[in-house]
Amino acid sequence: MKSITRRSNAPVFWGLFGAGGMLAALFGPVLVFITGIAVPLGIILPADAMSWPRMQAFAQHWAGKGLLFLVVALFMWHAMHRILHSLHDLGVRAGTAMQFACYGVALLVTILATWALMALGF
Amino acid sequence: MAETTGNGKVVRIEVLRYRPEQDEEPFLQGYDVPFTDDMSVLQGLQYIKDWLDGTLSFRWSCRMAICGSCGMMIDGEPRLACKTFLRDFPAGTVRVEALAHFPIERDLVIRMDDFLAKLERIKPYIIPKEARTLAQGEYLQTPAELDVYEQFSSCINCLLCYAACPQYGLNPEFVGPGIMALLHRYNADSRDGAAAERMEIAGSEAGVFNCTAVGYCSEVCPKHVDPANAVNQNKTRAAGDYFLRFITPKGGAR
Repeated sequence: MKSITRRSNAPVFWGLFGAGGMLAALFGPVLVFITGIAVPLGIILPADAMSWPRMQAFAQHWAGKGLLFLVVALFMWHAMHRILHSLHDLGVRAGTAMQFACYGVALLVTILATWALMALGF
Repeated sequence: MAETTGNGKVVRIEVLRYRPEQDEEPFLQGYDVPFTDDMSVLQGLQYIKDWLDGTLSFRWSCRMAICGSCGMMIDGEPRLACKTFLRDFPAGTVRVEALAHFPIERDLVIRMDDFLAKLERIKPYIIPKEARTLAQGEYLQTPAELDVYEQFSSCINCLLCYAACPQYGLNPEFVGPGIMALLHRYNADSRDGAAAERMEIAGSEAGVFNCTAVGYCSEVCPKHVDPANAVNQNKTRAAGDYFLRFITPKGGAR
């Protein structure tokens, strides 16, 4: 049983999973409400709250950029970790290949989010 | 035993049989057992062995949830046979099988070699922080220091939590809930000084991060130990060790 003597690298992914989970619990529901219900239906918030110029300005401000990055990247690390382990429960062993696939998607989305946010300028 | 047939109640006990020298694979065999309301499933099995079929094998010793020998699957749930009563199966049948996730040695007897090998590795005994001579007296501990680990010391190695753990079922390399409860019992003891050594196991690839927080281990524990809590506390600690070793010269386990 070699695995008992090898240090696990799981804390890196578990940490990202935990951070994403915390963020999802705090911001997830309200983001669904704002982007999916309140703005499209014009409830509470004005219908143009998410208009292009407003959202562009939001994404160009350093604070807005940071928030968008954290929400997209950490949600993704959280989701892919959960998918990896749910698939494991269904019989798809969470071996090296599956870890590369799942965390690879999260890393790819993180890179894309970084690129998109940077491309929008300040 | 014959006098316990008094009130005329009969339960059908279906037992998973497996005798490696003659059976290709395990199969269910039913026995009609007369019982009284004070009889446990273990007593039902003893009735079978004494009166109906002497070839039936199962482990038992204390009859009172102390020894941890009679863990088995009872109607699909990991339970101690001595702590489960025949009167609680009003349908009149109860299915008794060897503990899930372990190789069957014979009938209801499982092989626990894997557990024992892991148990040895965590050094389940106090390794004193400082050597003391007899003249210096006992290692003293406050009630608060006792509270931190006391519940974890109630583990009787019955393996019900292993039969309950889906992750151990999928990957038997996982050290599992019971071992983590015992590891934590010693690491959390104020008199012990070997936590760093044991954390190498908690933080290994066979360690705590195999757990997906199902929590069924703590539900089935007959001694009210909370192995899921031990695992969770050590996830945080193992993660701390992982990152802190880069900062502190002797931080972390390795």
